[in-house]
Amino acid sequence: MVDSSQSIQAEQLKPPITRIGVIGWLRANLFNSVFNSFLTIVTLYFLWKIVPAFVRWAFIDSSWNTTGAACRAAGGACWSIVAKNFRFIIFGFFPYESQWRPLVAMILLFILLLLSSNRRFWRKWLGYAWLIGLFAMGLLLKGGLFGLSSVDSTKWSGLPLTLLLSVFGLTAAYPLGVALALGRQSRMPAIKSLCVVYIETIRGVPLISLLFMSSVMFPLFLPEGITINNILRAQVAIILFTAAYIAEVVRGGLQAIGRGQYEAAESMGLNYSQKMRLIILPQALKIVIPPTVGILISAFKDTSLVVIIGLYDLLKTTQSTLSDPRWMGFSIEAYIFIALIYFAGCFSMSSYSRRLERELYRGN
Amino acid sequence: MNNELQKNGDDRSPGEPIVEITAMHKWFGDFHVLRDINLTVHKGERIIICGPSGSGKSTLIRCINRLEEHQKGRIIVDGIELTNDLKNIGKIREEVGMVFQHFNLFPHLSILENLTLGPVCVRKVPKAEAEETAMYYLEKVHIAEQALKYPGQLSGGQQQRVAIARSLCMRPKVMLFDEPTSALDPEMIKEVLDVMIDLAQEGMTMIVVSHEMGFAKSAAHRVLFMDEGEIVEENIPVEFFENPQHERTKLFLSQILHME
Ligand SMILES: Nc1ncnc2c1ncn2[C@@H]1O[C@H](COP(=O)(O)OP(=O)(O)OP(=O)(O)O)[C@@H](O)[C@H]1O
Ligand SMILES: [Mg+2]
Repeated sequence: MVDSSQSIQAEQLKPPITRIGVIGWLRANLFNSVFNSFLTIVTLYFLWKIVPAFVRWAFIDSSWNTTGAACRAAGGACWSIVAKNFRFIIFGFFPYESQWRPLVAMILLFILLLLSSNRRFWRKWLGYAWLIGLFAMGLLLKGGLFGLSSVDSTKWSGLPLTLLLSVFGLTAAYPLGVALALGRQSRMPAIKSLCVVYIETIRGVPLISLLFMSSVMFPLFLPEGITINNILRAQVAIILFTAAYIAEVVRGGLQAIGRGQYEAAESMGLNYSQKMRLIILPQALKIVIPPTVGILISAFKDTSLVVIIGLYDLLKTTQSTLSDPRWMGFSIEAYIFIALIYFAGCFSMSSYSRRLERELYRGN
Repeated sequence: MNNELQKNGDDRSPGEPIVEITAMHKWFGDFHVLRDINLTVHKGERIIICGPSGSGKSTLIRCINRLEEHQKGRIIVDGIELTNDLKNIGKIREEVGMVFQHFNLFPHLSILENLTLGPVCVRKVPKAEAEETAMYYLEKVHIAEQALKYPGQLSGGQQQRVAIARSLCMRPKVMLFDEPTSALDPEMIKEVLDVMIDLAQEGMTMIVVSHEMGFAKSAAHRVLFMDEGEIVEENIPVEFFENPQHERTKLFLSQILHME
């Protein structure tokens, strides 16, 4: 009885009106000190200067589906460069009449990624779905079977190439990085020093030079007549590079797990792989989700460095559009467009990681 | 305290030996932690080890399941000698349960998963059966209703009881306890000790590092006193506490009595 009367009283006590609502929020967050009020006013001034001009350029004076000449006459943003060159920017040199194939492959990839992002679907069938999906995607890109015309991999370009390099680069680099981190903790000196040398060497070299080495130097060592696909070499360079960074982050996570967890696992009779797989790694990897995603995001953006070894990824197809005299000078619009694509990729990774962290939080 | 148990303890028939330690030495680098340890524990026996901090009590019981490696002498557990052979170490760990001072539950697994992990992964028990066993032991330690929670949501005493249940699920032949109550608040100590006394009553072989005199008196067959890496004195509980022989034991007992 006493309890209920107290709770009624508590309910009736509302916070003072100046502490809640819009005014309260403004006061608490924007004008809570002289300095903050000053910053708020300065920021508002700049927004007032910039936003209307931007809206005017991007939307009011802009052209959406015209020729380059018409764009220049209109004066605003020329989104036409994207609209008119859309298929080249996205698919690059893939044969025009077959461009539905990389499109279907990308849709397949997105469906699989979307399914995999839900942990409830992490079942056997998803593994098979990936196997079939990968085969189908490879077939769609490569062709040469079931009446699909064969497309040489040098023609793979644009967004499909960027996705190919990053999705496979990241998914292969992650387990490799974890293995390297475990190797670095190994009690066996040979394995340990091998991992240390690998990690430190790779981290001491910029990705660009790795890409150069894989595309220019590596073929020199191959016997006459044997060539390895340029895309595959870039892919391997990206994987090796990213794995070294992931390894160090994961090592940090491993060090955060107390000795007691190892001892409890060992005293139960779990062997090394069970102990790591079931007890240590789930905890360690969870701790390092934020820095790991940071690495994955920067690796995703770094795939655009493959332009320097002559691969036409999304960035390069955009640049070659810009070198067309009809569209010269509209680089801002084109770059904003691909920035949005990159942003969508990075943002979905980081929001997925936040969701994963929340799901894994579970009261500890 | 618990007279019936005491009586059971006294007229024990010496079962066959389950842990045999002979002339065992251990060093940490240059530091000689354990010196010439000789100890035989029989099936169904309950041994309490006490002694000042740093005397090597934890190290001794951790040698029994090879969390620490000894350098000299022999340790035979359940008929298997502890060597570097990983297979044997695995076998021994299956039979020897351990309860830690800081519980060491797996925080990313639910209580039930903590309990079924060992049986399913090590003993290859079917999952349903392991869950049934787990619920049986959770019932026994009086926290069956917490089965689906996570360790972080439980109090210290509850966590330690879960840790005991987790070890029991492996159906071990010997249980090692390393100061199971010393990280707990006073009001939680009793709930853990009660569980341990129940376990003792069922005849579990237990080696317990603890300064809980009450538990020693009511449940133990022998009390060992360690100092500076040696077993200095060993006696039945009543004699040990009432009539200590060595100076070092007397000093130690006066100190822990003084604290209480
Ligand atoms: N891994 C280790 N490396 C080096 N020295 C150690 C290690 N573990 C323990 N020691 C030392 O060995 C000695 C015995 O340690 P142990 O933990 O067995 O003592 P204890 O009797 O359990 O003490 P406490 O009552 O404080 O738990 C201590 O002096 C300790 O500093
Ligand atoms: Mg200790």
